[in-house]
Amino acid sequence: MHNSQRTQKIAFLFLFLATLLIVVPVGLIVVIIIQKGLPAINWQFLTDIPRQGMRAGGIFPAIVGTMYLVAGAIVFALPIGLLAAIYLSEYSKDNFLNRLIKLAIVNLAGVPSVVYGLFGLALFVIFLKFGASILSGSLTLGIMILPIIITASREALESVPDSFREVSLSLGASKWQTIRHIVLPNAVPGILTGTILGLGRAAGETAPILFTVAAFYLPRLPHSIFDQAMALPYHLYVISTQVPNVDEKIRYGTALVLLVLVLFMNLVAIIIRYKFRKKKKW
Amino acid sequence: MTPKIKIENLNLWYGSFQALKEINAAFLEKRITAIIGPSGCGKSTMLRVFNRMNEMIEGVRTKGNILIDKENILDADTDLVVLRKKVGMVFQRPNPFPLSIYENIVFGPKVHGLNNRYELEQIAEHSLRSVLLWDELKDKLNHFALSLSLEQKQRLCIARLIAVKPDILLMDEPCSTLDPQATSKVEELMRELKNNYTIIIVTHNMQQAARVSDDTGFMLLGELIEFGKTEDIFTKPKDKRTEDYITGRYG
Ligand SMILES: Nc1ncnc2c1ncn2[C@@H]1O[C@H](COP(=O)(O)OP(=O)(O)OP(=O)(O)O)[C@@H](O)[C@H]1O
Ligand SMILES: [Mg+2]
Repeated sequence: MHNSQRTQKIAFLFLFLATLLIVVPVGLIVVIIIQKGLPAINWQFLTDIPRQGMRAGGIFPAIVGTMYLVAGAIVFALPIGLLAAIYLSEYSKDNFLNRLIKLAIVNLAGVPSVVYGLFGLALFVIFLKFGASILSGSLTLGIMILPIIITASREALESVPDSFREVSLSLGASKWQTIRHIVLPNAVPGILTGTILGLGRAAGETAPILFTVAAFYLPRLPHSIFDQAMALPYHLYVISTQVPNVDEKIRYGTALVLLVLVLFMNLVAIIIRYKFRKKKKW
Repeated sequence: MTPKIKIENLNLWYGSFQALKEINAAFLEKRITAIIGPSGCGKSTMLRVFNRMNEMIEGVRTKGNILIDKENILDADTDLVVLRKKVGMVFQRPNPFPLSIYENIVFGPKVHGLNNRYELEQIAEHSLRSVLLWDELKDKLNHFALSLSLEQKQRLCIARLIAVKPDILLMDEPCSTLDPQATSKVEELMRELKNNYTIIIVTHNMQQAARVSDDTGFMLLGELIEFGKTEDIFTKPKDKRTEDYITGRYG
């Protein structure tokens, strides 16, 4: 009796330590980045173009570039991902082929991002002749986050109780009307959450944009979707490893901006999910 | 009197399991018919043949005829939208959509193409009046339907159904989640609705069948053992198995 209680306490301690082991490094990273980056953040840093070979000035073109890329990725990936999810959860029969497709999609989410980068280079930049451009970069990022969007949307659609579909059909609604008016509206929060998480991933990745869009140094805003652009993660890579003598402040400042952007998106996703959980009553 | 619904040699299989066996019966218009029988005997399956909801399940096969107003609804070219507008269903668990009360009621009409706000409001009022909820809810039409009580929810579901102007109401144990008081109110409502609709109710509760129904069918292991006037079934059953069931010898 006494012994088993002690075992439980020890097990609990181990579990707690394991959790701590995960939380502490993450916390440290955030703290260090804030500590070293915060002094760099000011209005000029956020709104000016890089100057003196990126050793001074701001990171405005990189912020804008990342925004464009993320927006482009979503315009491409959300409709396709959503349609695929609707097909998989509402229309496809539960057979071997479809289970294989679902499994493949889940696994695609784990493919290293540099592989997507190479794929984008081959397909969009070279084969389709889009060149290194916002278009190529957005499409590559879009393909990278498709599995995330499909999986999250599918889960959201499947979590809508079947009884709703049944009632709707029993009232004479068609299958599509049922999906459109009953299933989709109830799945929106889940779809949004997945989409935003995907966006956070798209904003933070370097490898997929490396060959497809990122400009080493382009101190102006892009003119069109066929233009190259700077982007935050790549800019961070460049000023950290490729350009000598960049002030540490600027590097950490850039990292901080990127971190805040991604954390902000995740925060929005969490809030949406939380609100929905509270409202959901069935 | 020609029957509203006539079942001829109906058989149904879930894969290789036969759930309905050679069923023949006739349901009369503007009456309440109860289907009783032990759990798993095929009552719900039978009910769901009338609006062909069984077809959502993979591997279901049906053989035989079901004539509603003399048309065989099991024909391959039956328009399911038309059929389901005519044959509505109330489910065991009250299941309003997570929408407002008003949106719940006008869902059917809207889906069927009605957009005129005035007409929709008329329908909403008429439907709520038919289920005796209008006075309670007329000032709360924009409230969230899931905040209603269980009984109100079930009434709302019936109102939602009435809004698509059906002829036939199928009810699968509509009171099984309600307390006795709410149950007796819903039963009262059913007697009221009988004036305008043909009602088929599945119930586990034999008192309920005796109280509300005009006709009763007793099912066992996928077969319709006996079918006739409720008073006859309950007072002088012809089949030994029916007698055993209504006297409580089947659990
Ligand atoms: N989707 C299905 N697939 C396979 N078998 C099924 C399916 N649905 C029902 N059955 C079987 O068919 C038989 C009849 O089921 P049904 O639901 O119609 O019974 P019921 O009389 O309504 O029972 P209850 O009183 O418990 O609701 C049962 O033996 C059940 O196991
Ligand atoms: Mg049943």
